[in-house]
Amino acid sequence: MKVENEFWFDEDAGPLVRPYAVARGRTRPTRHDLEMTTLVVAVSADRHVDVDREYAHIIGMSRRPLSIAEVSAKLNLPLAVVKVLLSDLIDWGLIIFRSPPRTSDVPRTELLQAVLDGIRKL
Amino acid sequence: MAFVSSDTPVTQTLSARAVKILVAGGFGVGKTTMVGSVSEIRPLRTEEMISELSSGVDDMSGIEGKTTTTVAMDFGRITINPDLILYLFGTPGQERFWFMWDELAYEALGAVVLADTRRLESCFAAVDFFERRKIPFIIAVNCFDNTPVYESDEVGEALGIDKAIPTMMCDVRKRDSSKQVLITLLEYLITLTVPATESAKESSPIQ
Repeated sequence: MKVENEFWFDEDAGPLVRPYAVARGRTRPTRHDLEMTTLVVAVSADRHVDVDREYAHIIGMSRRPLSIAEVSAKLNLPLAVVKVLLSDLIDWGLIIFRSPPRTSDVPRTELLQAVLDGIRKL
Repeated sequence: MAFVSSDTPVTQTLSARAVKILVAGGFGVGKTTMVGSVSEIRPLRTEEMISELSSGVDDMSGIEGKTTTTVAMDFGRITINPDLILYLFGTPGQERFWFMWDELAYEALGAVVLADTRRLESCFAAVDFFERRKIPFIIAVNCFDNTPVYESDEVGEALGIDKAIPTMMCDVRKRDSSKQVLITLLEYLITLTVPATESAKESSPIQ
């Protein structure tokens, strides 16, 4: 994000400061392959992990697979910030992730049929 | 600092994958209602910061630069099976911002465009967006009380869309009706995969 020509005043600065403080000013994750429907899950840890509150919160909620959008909603932080935090957790080996299937790498009909069968059973 | 308790065993591998379907349409047409009627969780809200170039229109003459807006979006979740999770995303109300949100449309299976026949023009922008990005969609007319009743093919004609695109009536407050909308979309998406496979065969003949 370019910040040179931006000035924040009063309430304009408010909502932006905290999320980006959480991400220590970073707006880009180290991993660019995280999407809002990328699933994340905490790696089994037989030890106490010493991390900041937001990270601990993410690990706590990711005991079963969750999408990045769900993490963002539960933390009440924008997607961009959550991606930065998750990217750290992935780098530290505390979270594993799986990207959504690509149009090219799955038999499309099979995937669509599975979704259709699931919806019919609702 | 905080400590993470490790008394609950957690997963070591992640076999599940997630797919998404978009629910679009004008403001107040029932997008979140539809998401909520079929979702296994109460709809959640996520936000993204979208940057746009302001071009010095309106009363900002002389000021040009990048402005950032927060765009909010509601979504729901349907666990299809332990390895497949479907997310339904209702597109944000402010069209001019979600149109710039590339990730929203990226790899979506397809979309439902909810229409309201009292103000059909409110879904034109969504139809345009999906046509341009080649994201397959269907039209679902949400029937509000006292809505003039049209045949679904009249709506398709009024929107000027391809005749092959399904148009249907629905009441998104009802779970079964929203479910039927999704079934119609998936059946349509499956029909689209057939000609694609055939044309792929034609383009790479076996030597």
